[in-house]
Amino acid sequence: MIYAITIYGEAGVFESLPKAKQDEVLAGHYALQDALKERGEYVSIKLMPPTSAVMVDPAPGGDRAPLIVDGPFAETKESFLGFYAAEFADLDEALRFAAMISSPIARLEVRPVAWAGGAISTG
Amino acid sequence: MSDWLEAMFTQQRPRAIAALTRYLRDIDLAEEAFAEACVKALVAWRKNGTPRDPLAWLLTTARNAGLDHLRKQQRRQAILARHKQEFEPGEMLPPDPDELRDDLLRLLFVCCHPNLERQDQIALALKVVAGLTVPEIARGFLIKPKTMEQRITRAKRKIATTSVAFETPSPQERSKRLGEVSLMVYLMFNEGWSTSEGDTQIRLTLCEEAIRLARLLVALFPGMGEQVALLSLLLLQHARREARINEAGLLVPLDQQDRSRWDRGNIAEGIALLQKAQRINHQGAYRIQAAIAALHASAASAEATDWTSIEVHYAALYALQPTPVIRLNLIAAQARTQGPVVALEKMKALEGDLHGYRWFHTMRGGLMQQVGDHASAVEALETALSLGPTQLEKAAIKEKIAVSRKNLSALSESDPLSRP
Repeated sequence: MIYAITIYGEAGVFESLPKAKQDEVLAGHYALQDALKERGEYVSIKLMPPTSAVMVDPAPGGDRAPLIVDGPFAETKESFLGFYAAEFADLDEALRFAAMISSPIARLEVRPVAWAGGAISTG
Repeated sequence: MSDWLEAMFTQQRPRAIAALTRYLRDIDLAEEAFAEACVKALVAWRKNGTPRDPLAWLLTTARNAGLDHLRKQQRRQAILARHKQEFEPGEMLPPDPDELRDDLLRLLFVCCHPNLERQDQIALALKVVAGLTVPEIARGFLIKPKTMEQRITRAKRKIATTSVAFETPSPQERSKRLGEVSLMVYLMFNEGWSTSEGDTQIRLTLCEEAIRLARLLVALFPGMGEQVALLSLLLLQHARREARINEAGLLVPLDQQDRSRWDRGNIAEGIALLQKAQRINHQGAYRIQAAIAALHASAASAEATDWTSIEVHYAALYALQPTPVIRLNLIAAQARTQGPVVALEKMKALEGDLHGYRWFHTMRGGLMQQVGDHASAVEALETALSLGPTQLEKAAIKEKIAVSRKNLSALSESDPLSRP
């Protein structure tokens, strides 16, 4: 079963951490990436800050082209920061891997993937 | 543990101070109350976990702490009379996003008070909004902490006497505030960029805080193209931070920088933001500058740079802001597209306006070197030296002078008649 490890948190908090703590967080990610690479294929995505996003909203009525609208508006709440996805034997294994990137500034969610396709990399 | 929490407090601070300043009508008190709430959070959050809405928790706690102070100071009576309902202690609902947006803009705008010198406006914003300590700010400006302390105290006293209406601003007023605040953020970045010397961590504080504030403005006003463009511009510029100073600590001009040391993450984000800004149909000064920075950022080398487009952008910028300095930048691009001789000719018209501007002479010196007039190059570069360059610029200029002197002596050796 493919599981996604999704990461939520408040954008910008990582950047406010002292360098040593940033390295601590990154070390977890590098360890997870190495461990996943060893087992086979995996996907990892890190989103840019929400300020770079543009919103595409459905047109009222739904029969016209969607609307490109301003936003997202100022949110102090957590946002979707990125995710990993890979094949895991079972939920327990997925949870063990997720624990590698656990830190006080992020909330993680482990969820099975219903469908996956495509291949993409920024190098 | 406290490092993690400190980072969260830093993130909440601008919004919290802005809302608290409206509730308590006093910036100092808002800062004090927020600090107190953070101290309480260190204990409470460690014990019970981080609350679901950290901002609401901090605001409630800070407001109650602030009210306590007011009560003790007996200043409460007058203020209570004005806002009876508002000042009952208890749980505070997270402020409405629109209200919070105006609160923050107001707070930043107050820091931009016209009676304050630009540097003091910037220092005040760093202290009040960003929450930097006085020694941190002093390091950013390369001055003594004690001097900075005095300047901030004086600046605070000045703004305390001004009244900025706490009502919702009109669209015109909001737009004026946004323009002023954006300019302050832009200049904060420039201040950091130009004073950057010595230790990387110290010299980049101002730049990083400016980017953080620019990002905050975009989060508050996502539909404003100029603010999106400003963030883009700052990120594209910041991307070059590691490449602009070499191992010897010397300033490296753009065309000689090792582009592999440019921060690709910053560039990608800057270009994404520029595209976003370009969707919003407004050709503003920040957008044009961001477009120029993006052309530099995406060029594989100085030679491969699209100088023709850069020239067009500078011409557009000059149409918008016809200042001699922008004209000089336009000519610098034209030096690439039309050659140094044309550029030197065009520069003559600027001599009167820019004879006290050291970059004018540095550029003139560089162009004179290109056309092989090393005597004039030395003259121009020495003029630049006399106009107060920073330590880093000074070193770069001296190096250029040495190159021209070497050429001159080689010339006189090979042809004794060429110079007396």
